[in-house]
Amino acid sequence: MEAVDHSHWSLLLGRLWWDAIPTEPIVLATFVVVALGGAALLAGLTYFKLWGYLWKEWFTSVDHKKIGIMYMVLGLVMFLRGFADAVMMRIQQSIAFNGNEGYLNAHHYDQIFTAHGVIMIFFVAMPFVTGLMNYIVPLQIGARDVSFPFLNNFSFWMTTAGAVLVMMSLFVGEFAQTGWLAYPPLSNFAYSPWVGVDYYIWALQIAGVGTLLSGVNLIATIVKMRAPGMTMMRMPIFTWTSLCTNVLIVAAFPVLTAVMTMLTVDRYLGFNFFTNDFGGSPMMYVNLIWIWGHPEVYILILPLFGVFSEVTSTFCGKRLFGYSSMVYATLVITILSYLVWLHHFFTMGSGASVNSFFGITTMVISIPTGAKLFNWLFTMYRGRIRYELPMMWTVAFMLTFVVGGMTGVLLAVPPADFVLHNSLFLIAHFHNVIIGGVLFGIFAAINYWWPKAFGFKLNEFWGKVSFWLWIPGFWFAFMPLYILGLMGVTRRMRVFDDPSLQPFFIVAAFGAFLVALGIAAMLVQFAVSIWKREELKDETGDPWDGRTLEWSTSSPPPEYNFAFTPIVHDIDAWDDMKRCGVQRPTSGFRPIHMPKGTGAGAILAGLSLVLGFAMIWYIWWLAALSFAGVIGYAIAHTFNYKRDYHIPVETVIETEAARDRQLAAAGA
Amino acid sequence: MSAADHHVHPHPHADDHHDDHGSHGSMRDYLIGFFLSVILTAIPFWLVMTGAIADKQATALVIMAFAIVQIVVHMIYFLHMNTKAENGWTVMALIFTIIIVVIALSGSLWVMYHLNHNMMPMSHDMGQLP
Repeated sequence: MEAVDHSHWSLLLGRLWWDAIPTEPIVLATFVVVALGGAALLAGLTYFKLWGYLWKEWFTSVDHKKIGIMYMVLGLVMFLRGFADAVMMRIQQSIAFNGNEGYLNAHHYDQIFTAHGVIMIFFVAMPFVTGLMNYIVPLQIGARDVSFPFLNNFSFWMTTAGAVLVMMSLFVGEFAQTGWLAYPPLSNFAYSPWVGVDYYIWALQIAGVGTLLSGVNLIATIVKMRAPGMTMMRMPIFTWTSLCTNVLIVAAFPVLTAVMTMLTVDRYLGFNFFTNDFGGSPMMYVNLIWIWGHPEVYILILPLFGVFSEVTSTFCGKRLFGYSSMVYATLVITILSYLVWLHHFFTMGSGASVNSFFGITTMVISIPTGAKLFNWLFTMYRGRIRYELPMMWTVAFMLTFVVGGMTGVLLAVPPADFVLHNSLFLIAHFHNVIIGGVLFGIFAAINYWWPKAFGFKLNEFWGKVSFWLWIPGFWFAFMPLYILGLMGVTRRMRVFDDPSLQPFFIVAAFGAFLVALGIAAMLVQFAVSIWKREELKDETGDPWDGRTLEWSTSSPPPEYNFAFTPIVHDIDAWDDMKRCGVQRPTSGFRPIHMPKGTGAGAILAGLSLVLGFAMIWYIWWLAALSFAGVIGYAIAHTFNYKRDYHIPVETVIETEAARDRQLAAAGA
Repeated sequence: MSAADHHVHPHPHADDHHDDHGSHGSMRDYLIGFFLSVILTAIPFWLVMTGAIADKQATALVIMAFAIVQIVVHMIYFLHMNTKAENGWTVMALIFTIIIVVIALSGSLWVMYHLNHNMMPMSHDMGQLP
């Protein structure tokens, strides 16, 4: 592609000029489609007068349930974007043989694989995981909201602001062409002078604020707001894994923030932290970012281990086998995840002692993880297994994740890593664990808790269609990559010389096609379920014969979750209550003290978005203005004393009476 | 009725619930902390200004030691940390933080000083280049 001169700068618009609008036909066509679709959406919202409803009931809400759902919607939208990137890569790689350049030029292709990784980790997996924890944890511990409800809303909007920046880069300027971790020296100013890496930095920094604060929030919630009687060793496993994940977030994300800040001053102010000369070291960047990066993968997978535990125990009708060993395995993984980061750069030059230390710690992690798998298997053993959709995803996870785990242990052997590093074998490995673990877990969780969130089950037929497209699709898409990696094909290649590789890429593209159908079937499943919600209605609030406290309240739960704080006597508190025949209290209600919604979170995140945009484009006056705006508005918000209200006792009585009638009608 | 009482808290918590935020310390504690930190600051100043220890590296190490004691004094007298505050969570968090910081710092030092291990011997010294 011809080099474009982007050195233009003006006081008013900084680096922003007409050349920021992409001219590539593919991007331009996408831009037109997205612009039309977006305009139609906005027009629809205006036509049906939904803005006020959305703003009042959702955007400014501090209700952890609504924020959780908004996180899930964000994750789903970004998932579609990230998957579109994946399909584009698969098509490119399956046709770019025998002198065919494919349909993507290098500049575009490099942005796509970078955006795919960044989006899937930061704006798909993280919102999904945070959304699940937000929705479920307070309900599981018998609380009415999180510890800091406003902070929760603010965190969500900061994450969204980061996602918006990434999406903007598609149509205004460019995204990074550096790979998802933006290693210097490539990401330094000398080699990436235009806005791509700056978009990357500011999107991650803004979203990172949200992630860190929601980590603080959920730790405080779990430590301080458990229902009376719920000791640490009586917490549901999902809450346990959430606690460990948030501890990891709070310990790891500051490292990412620091690394990004150093890269920022390298790029903006000519510092030399990560340059090749003047005492800088790009290797320090790689070292530091993996100190964050390895805990990050456990941040993603741990909550889903919790989901699988809840699902297995519920659908086998048994208490989880080895509850305390599960807790200790989680704690061991939490600590060990900080001791393995060097396995991401075995080949960078360390000697045998360093490499073998980190190789061994990496292999050791498979022990607690293996213990977990045996716990799930022993829970299933002699259980009455009901193969509903959540359980199907759980079994698929066990079969898939074990393969990914084994190739991981293989990669943990430093000599093997010297052969396999940076190859498609590695790509196949981490997709095997992230799709087979995180994504399957999220699908299990969505199918499991959807009735709790919306009051009706998901359609089973379309769920099964989706499942049976996803599973073979995944295996078709990634098994060829293992073989190609063993043959030495490196990652991030745009064109190939050896025509004998093409059949493998065509099989992989076929797998991606099946997955695309699986995603479509999942969207159909949501649509059909919403359409037929009356038939799928769950009146009991406990459609799966659940075991933990979230199933003791109605579906969807009232704003205040529990009219009375439950008292916990056993690990599976709700199962214990059902066995003891606990009756719902019908009198003695009191007004309920609740936090009040506020638009401050959305406004602060909006100002941060402007700040990020201005910094990316060197629009210094706007950056200064929006920075002052963020600080000023945050201070002003501290003087807002109208932060709470009481739900009047009549409303509580009415809500609970309606619930009684509903239960009586359901015959429970 | 008894079962219901057994499992459901009769008086909701959220309304009038105030957690103890640990002790807030007395005037005496603050004064002890203040004088300790003044002394712990004055001694390093004195060491540097008078050059009481001839060896510069030894001086630096002694100052580092005073700094660590200073951190402990602040945590005990100003942040009111003790083993009982918040049911031991404060201490747990502190221990966890120390573990992570030690792992990250010592690990990074080890890794970074080991990175050239497999490099081929180089005839020139990069430091002498412009």
